[in-house]
Amino acid sequence: MKGHRSAFPFLFPSLLFVLVFSLYPIFESFRLSFYRLILTLPWLGQKFVGLENYGDLLTDPVALNSLMTTMIFVAVTAVSEVMLGLGMALILNESFRGRGLLRAIVLIPWAIPTVVSSQMWRFIFNDRYGLFNFLLFGEKTSLYLAPLADPQLALMAIMTADIWKTSSFAALIILAGLQIIPDELYEAASIDGATAWQKFRHITLPLVKPALLLALLFRTIDAFRVFDLVFVMTQGGPADTTNVLQFYGYKKSFAEGMIGYGSAISVGVFLFSLMLSLVYIRLIGARILERRETA
Amino acid sequence: MKRLFFSLGVILIGTFSLLPFLWFVLTSWKDPTEITAIPPQIIPSFHWGFYRSALDKYGLLGYIRNSAVVAGAATLISIAIGSLAAYALSRFHFSWSRLYLMLLLCVSMFPQIAIAGPVWRILNHLGWLNTYHGIVAAYISLSLPLAIWILTTFFKELPYEIEEAALVDGCTPLQALWKVVFPLAAPGIFTASILVFIHAWNEFFFALLILTYPGLQTLPVGIALFPGEYTMPWGEIAAASTIATLPLIFLTLVFQRRIVRGLSAGAVKG
Repeated sequence: MKGHRSAFPFLFPSLLFVLVFSLYPIFESFRLSFYRLILTLPWLGQKFVGLENYGDLLTDPVALNSLMTTMIFVAVTAVSEVMLGLGMALILNESFRGRGLLRAIVLIPWAIPTVVSSQMWRFIFNDRYGLFNFLLFGEKTSLYLAPLADPQLALMAIMTADIWKTSSFAALIILAGLQIIPDELYEAASIDGATAWQKFRHITLPLVKPALLLALLFRTIDAFRVFDLVFVMTQGGPADTTNVLQFYGYKKSFAEGMIGYGSAISVGVFLFSLMLSLVYIRLIGARILERRETA
Repeated sequence: MKRLFFSLGVILIGTFSLLPFLWFVLTSWKDPTEITAIPPQIIPSFHWGFYRSALDKYGLLGYIRNSAVVAGAATLISIAIGSLAAYALSRFHFSWSRLYLMLLLCVSMFPQIAIAGPVWRILNHLGWLNTYHGIVAAYISLSLPLAIWILTTFFKELPYEIEEAALVDGCTPLQALWKVVFPLAAPGIFTASILVFIHAWNEFFFALLILTYPGLQTLPVGIALFPGEYTMPWGEIAAASTIATLPLIFLTLVFQRRIVRGLSAGAVKG
């Protein structure tokens, strides 16, 4: 079938939602980031201040610290999740009894609401009766730590919770990549006397690389948006050590009513993730479309 | 030796994935003294007290109802709207279909904070804050990219001949979609529905902003804002968490194969 006139009515409802609730808001965030608008000081009104908010952002130590914290969070969790995911996928790719069951179990952390897993980890990291302390120190309660109140441990605790929750997603993407490697390659390698490590190093790893990259990129983009874990487990504390960008933006815009400055943070976060998305689209999106068109 | 290593890996992965949540579920069946016991009591005495108090004192039933209405409505409408779009994208050839898919992909990666403020003001302007239709509208726009990508993938795999015959026989494209494509694509539509439902059921950020009236809040908001002044009511939180997660565990166990396929075939974030 041809012609975009007949296609338009089909696309219109979805386009309407995307325009109103995604595209317009992005432009509006951009626009507001050039204004000073503070809801708690309504008499100041809405004043155009040009790039002042961005200037403030670049010299705001809390914002810079927040950017740093987010970067650490993204790097540590995305890399750990892909490595763990690869391990899981390698095992799930073998055939053994109970594979279906294990695959379903692996999906459970992914299916659990993030808020639920946040409360769960908060309970595990409890300073008086958490499982974490018991596993580390047994009954010596005087040694017990309060990871979520300790500036040196809080970020680590949140990263643990994230890695637990989303490694299985990485595993699924990588598993899909493993499944398209033809068995003949391994058989040929076996005949030539290759060891398990050699097969992994010279067949599996190079061929699964695109899937690894895809998983890494997905996790990077998603980790960049971390919010639920921080909101429930630490509220950005202690001493701002877990104050990631999305949480900082939320606090400025919604708790403190600093709409202009909050919008500047939003735009910053948006530009960062747009960069990542463009990498993703170049790498993956085009390939998916081409595959479909040739199919 | 190799088998031993392998079995160890299987056990490790199983424990890693299951143990933390199992611990939380067991907590929900304890009594208050068992929760704070050191050493921890592993096997609970299977008290249902926390469930009763979560239902009676904390209004858990209301949160469940809100979540079911919101996630259910968002799923139905996004799949309906998404199917229309996916049909056009997979059947009509026009120059900007590719561009539209890319735009959707891009939109699905927006950080929530980048659009949250203006979305809040639009809903405020319409008087839709603290309403079901307000949050459902937001969720539809959040899940459309995922729905359209997965549905387009599935629709493209369908043979075109049957539909063509229907069109030759005088069906309109809409009739062809409803009578031919829909039944054939049922597995794909179902897969997309599960993923959209899970996504909407778990969403927290927008629910937190849009639903400030406790009687309308969804389960994630209720669980995140569980009131506790001096001591956290861990038993009740664990009970509410178990209930909030049960439908998802059920879906995951039953439809594991579909979910995996949907996530990897669409290659869109779920």
